[in-house]
Amino acid sequence: MTADAIRTRIWLEEPESDNPFAARAAYCRGYDVYGEMLGRARWVEMLILLFREEAPTTAEADLLEALAVALANPGPRDPAVHAAMAGGVGGSTAASCLMAALAVGAGQYAGGREVFLAMEAWNACGTDLDAWRRRFAAPTSEEVSIWPAPRHPPGFDPHGVSTPTPVKQALAGLAFVSPGPRLPWLEQQRAELEAAAGLPLALSGVAAAAFADLGFTPEQGEMLHLLLRLPGAAAHALEQRGYGHKKFPFFAVELEGAGA
Amino acid sequence: MKGPDFLAGQVGVLRTRMGAAFVGSKAVFRGHDLHADLRGMDWVELYVFGITGRRYTPEQVRMLHALWTHTSYPDARIWNNRVAGLAGTARSTGSLGLAAALAVSEASIYGRGIDIRAIDFLIRAKQHVDGGGSLAEKVEQELKARRSLAGYGRPIAAGDERIEPTLALARSLGLADGPYVRLAFAIEETLLAGRWRQRLNYGGLAAALAADLGLSPREYYLFMFPAFLAGMAPCYLEAEQRPEGGLFPLDCSHVRYDGVGKRPWQTKD
Repeated sequence: MTADAIRTRIWLEEPESDNPFAARAAYCRGYDVYGEMLGRARWVEMLILLFREEAPTTAEADLLEALAVALANPGPRDPAVHAAMAGGVGGSTAASCLMAALAVGAGQYAGGREVFLAMEAWNACGTDLDAWRRRFAAPTSEEVSIWPAPRHPPGFDPHGVSTPTPVKQALAGLAFVSPGPRLPWLEQQRAELEAAAGLPLALSGVAAAAFADLGFTPEQGEMLHLLLRLPGAAAHALEQRGYGHKKFPFFAVELEGAGA
Repeated sequence: MKGPDFLAGQVGVLRTRMGAAFVGSKAVFRGHDLHADLRGMDWVELYVFGITGRRYTPEQVRMLHALWTHTSYPDARIWNNRVAGLAGTARSTGSLGLAAALAVSEASIYGRGIDIRAIDFLIRAKQHVDGGGSLAEKVEQELKARRSLAGYGRPIAAGDERIEPTLALARSLGLADGPYVRLAFAIEETLLAGRWRQRLNYGGLAAALAADLGLSPREYYLFMFPAFLAGMAPCYLEAEQRPEGGLFPLDCSHVRYDGVGKRPWQTKD
């Protein structure tokens, strides 16, 4: 073992006898990935195992799989997918389209940071409605950071009027397969929570509750939310490349103030 | 106007005070014709004008240049630069490598995460002192609340070689005596006199110089975005010019496994 070694609790590789830079076997959390897991393990089981020490139960894997379907494509109106399409339409590299989707989808408006903040709220309030009410009523932190100051309670839609049908469907579907306790409680208390927040629930709020029910930390939930929303961004970026820039909206401009 | 009514009013149009491209005729940049009013403008000057909307003297622009050049190190071991180097060795594109390396520079223990905290603390500390408060008390409060003071100490070294040349340039430009630079050194004295034993680092000095130029925390944060860029391109280029996979290869013995032992795979129920 060398002094310059990378330490990990996730991954063990054993070298081929003729080449220390080629692995003969790879173990994820002790499980032989290519020898045993491949063909038997579900993608979502592998995903959970990467972030947690123990393999998930079937119920946990079902929950993440259902959530992955719900998050796979935010659709072309979503800013992150819009960003990926802006890459695709100009013929930008595949990675740059995904980087664009990640950067825009990282934020506090429907993005990864919103999920992070919502999960912090779950950790602080749990299934205590009064704790949620107190949190919504409390002033937001004034601490300066790289992130813009939060503008709305995380997990709720600042421009919403009522809970969109897909959000209700996702909540019902995920609460049904969830080991609990947050998703079933959220489904029960949705109207009360929305009244306290003054805004309807958003899909990011459902995702945050699901990640919390799966035992993930806010940091892990943020990462997984970023990851699970990429498929739609990728597909829409490639689609727009095919349509070409003449069919992609450029929008009008109204210059205000000097120079107009 | 709120909700869908607000959104409906924004559909299909960019309303902006920042500028627009009238392709084929002109480009407007913060109310000025880019190719007429701003013709010949230095790039850093234009960049800081884009952020602040304010114009700076040639001496101030020179100082701002130095805040970038003095921290551009073409050392591919440094975490953000390593991303650029690894992109080169993995035969990715230069833009992807450099963009990712710059994004990674928004870190919590160095780079943009420290920059914005450093200038924010200096501004709050000055308000506190100007209001008659004690500097030592403010420093103590901050250390208690955040466990560290952005702009002081350094994660991988004791001294900071960037301080002296930056201060020398600031002195030559008449910019070394501003209230924030003096405050930054007063904080250092407080730290050295107490039990913390931390010196002002480059991040703290750069933040103080920027605050003396009137940059707000968010303006300074955006200004510092390309700060490490000049050191990154060489890291990418050298790795790309050498044999692929040749930068920081790791054999299996370079990964120390601390996790659970081998076990048979079975889905839990």
